[in-house]
Amino acid sequence: MSAKDEILGRIRTALADAPQAPEVPRGYRTSSELDEEALIELLVDRLVDYKAGVDVIEESQIPQLVADKLAGASSVVTPQGLNPQWLSALPGTIARHVDAPGDRRSVAELDAISAVVTSSAVSIAESGTIILDGEPDQGRRAISLVPDHHVCIVPVSTVVQLLPEAMPRLTITRPLTWISGPSATSDIELERVEGVHGPRTLDVLLVRGM
Amino acid sequence: MTQVFLGMPAGGLGNLVETEPFPAAAHRELGNTQMRKNLRHATHTIRDKRLRVVGELPDWEQLRDAGSAIKNSAMFNLEERLLEFEKNFTARGGVVHWARDADEANTIVRDLIRETGSTEVVKVKSMATQEIGLNEYLETQGIEAFETDLAELIVQLGHDKPSHILVPAIHKNRTEVRDIFLKEMPDVDPALTDEPAKLAEAARKHLRAKFLSAKVAISGANFALADTGTLGVVESEGNGRMCLTLPETLITVMGIEKVLPHTDDIEVMMQLLPRSSTGERMNPYTSMWTGVTEDDGPQNVHIVLLDNGRSRVLSDSFGRSALNCIRCSACMNVCPVYERTGGHAYGSTYPGPIGAILSPLMTGIEVEKNNSLPYASSLCGACFDACPVKINIPEILVHLRGEDVDSQRDKHKIPTQMDLLMKGGSWVLGKGKNMKLVEKALPLGRLAAGKNKKIKKLPGIAAGWTQSRDIPAPPAQSFRDWWSAEKESK
Repeated sequence: MSAKDEILGRIRTALADAPQAPEVPRGYRTSSELDEEALIELLVDRLVDYKAGVDVIEESQIPQLVADKLAGASSVVTPQGLNPQWLSALPGTIARHVDAPGDRRSVAELDAISAVVTSSAVSIAESGTIILDGEPDQGRRAISLVPDHHVCIVPVSTVVQLLPEAMPRLTITRPLTWISGPSATSDIELERVEGVHGPRTLDVLLVRGM
Repeated sequence: MTQVFLGMPAGGLGNLVETEPFPAAAHRELGNTQMRKNLRHATHTIRDKRLRVVGELPDWEQLRDAGSAIKNSAMFNLEERLLEFEKNFTARGGVVHWARDADEANTIVRDLIRETGSTEVVKVKSMATQEIGLNEYLETQGIEAFETDLAELIVQLGHDKPSHILVPAIHKNRTEVRDIFLKEMPDVDPALTDEPAKLAEAARKHLRAKFLSAKVAISGANFALADTGTLGVVESEGNGRMCLTLPETLITVMGIEKVLPHTDDIEVMMQLLPRSSTGERMNPYTSMWTGVTEDDGPQNVHIVLLDNGRSRVLSDSFGRSALNCIRCSACMNVCPVYERTGGHAYGSTYPGPIGAILSPLMTGIEVEKNNSLPYASSLCGACFDACPVKINIPEILVHLRGEDVDSQRDKHKIPTQMDLLMKGGSWVLGKGKNMKLVEKALPLGRLAAGKNKKIKKLPGIAAGWTQSRDIPAPPAQSFRDWWSAEKESK
């Protein structure tokens, strides 16, 4: 008998008493009552708690803020689908790399690049979580992982209060990365310390009117 | 002809058994005062954090109810859910393997690694691979496995054993961690301090080259979605993202009980899990992948679905809810027994209250010394209150104690002291007349207690009771005598 058949047979035997699967009571919160200002305030509070940098800005300020955040960087990588306008205020001294289908940056190249700028798909204010889903303005998972500094654009229209509100906005079969603050660990004495293997600096630009 | 499986499903193999009775192991561990101090500090820190973030959610109890029902419904239709998951994961380019037990899982993983030609792998922290002893097995096969989670790294470098499912090195404090790094990391800065941030940085430097060059990664999974074939890993450091993203081959080993029926179920689990485990509103990183994504991440993707005693747990209609466990560790963080004995005393990969039920349920109560585990509890119930999926651990502990007593009776044939005591007890307490008769022996007890009015040592198995406490002398008059005297005088 194959392992699969044997395991499924064991499960059938184990459930010979035919227990009835319960209805799942979904009495938890599924919709928000917060207005936009309260939502922004909540998300900012959570991100600051995680020791992420956060600025609430207008769309027109993006190029300047991106340039400010990358002031200390020597190079930056962006996904192919990122609005090129957003990098228009970067000084020429910062080397620019684009990760594009058919023209990928290798892992070693990414390791030598100081920062990455991406957009994001959905954010959850209550838990301070930003979700990337690999769309062209966010790119492959590797580019937002290997460089040590992540500048992430979060349009206010993509922010919800609760996780259940985020679910209908996600395509679950895309490669998803949920990010809640910079890389951290609680492994020594269960105290949280920021900065291990993922980007040690996370800067969030929360953009109104987008 | 279709073959029909009959009888009790096989028990789990691997790191699931106590090799000495819990009381003996606990007694030794209690002598380690540094460990007790470390554990007390860590468990109290996490308790406070957990209470704070749980208290923030007005619908915490509704989430627990939903979480419990989701897991029950997954377990009660486990065959259908697994087949659905297999179909969807396969349709997206993943390969599904099935393993009856630890040995079979280890062999499958070895063969998959050999096919790639690689002799080393990077690993994301995984309870399932700990349970089957994968690292040790691979070493005997000439394959080196590098743990990349900070706590696992501490344990691996320290030639130690994990003592907690979330924070395997919880028994070590920062100074001990620094000493391990100084001794075992070849490229470490000799001026390394014991500041946690510096220790984390040392781990980053140590593992960086491994991540960037690894061809094969091994992971566990926190959940698998049946309706889409999606897998998820919940982590903090980014070592998980590294392993799940950069290598060409990804092999996931996952217990069959991790399957969730619907995509929407993660909206419940991802609220319950981070708050219950690290006491955070959300863990820093969660990765989800569905088979192979062209041009993004590993292109050779496998999953090993592991039974190893889980179907045996499922066959116990009273204990099967132990499979609902999402490995958050909230139960051990609040347990007064775990806080004092530490995780090593439980022998198995799964320590604490959940381990005290899961290990004997997976192996069978009669295996090795696992029959001592259900007694490793004062039945205070703190674990049940903390459990995000409402596993009634105290009730299952009592159920397993009953199973143990039954299995002992079957073994011995002749009645044990406990049997005789219980029989005697039921005779005494069964009738007022009998009780009265026994009470006539009260003066005898007073005599035994002597001048200082304490009984210091009881005979036979009752000696366990007086091992750490005295019994006060019985009163001169029984309650029943006092009561009838009281009635007469009115």
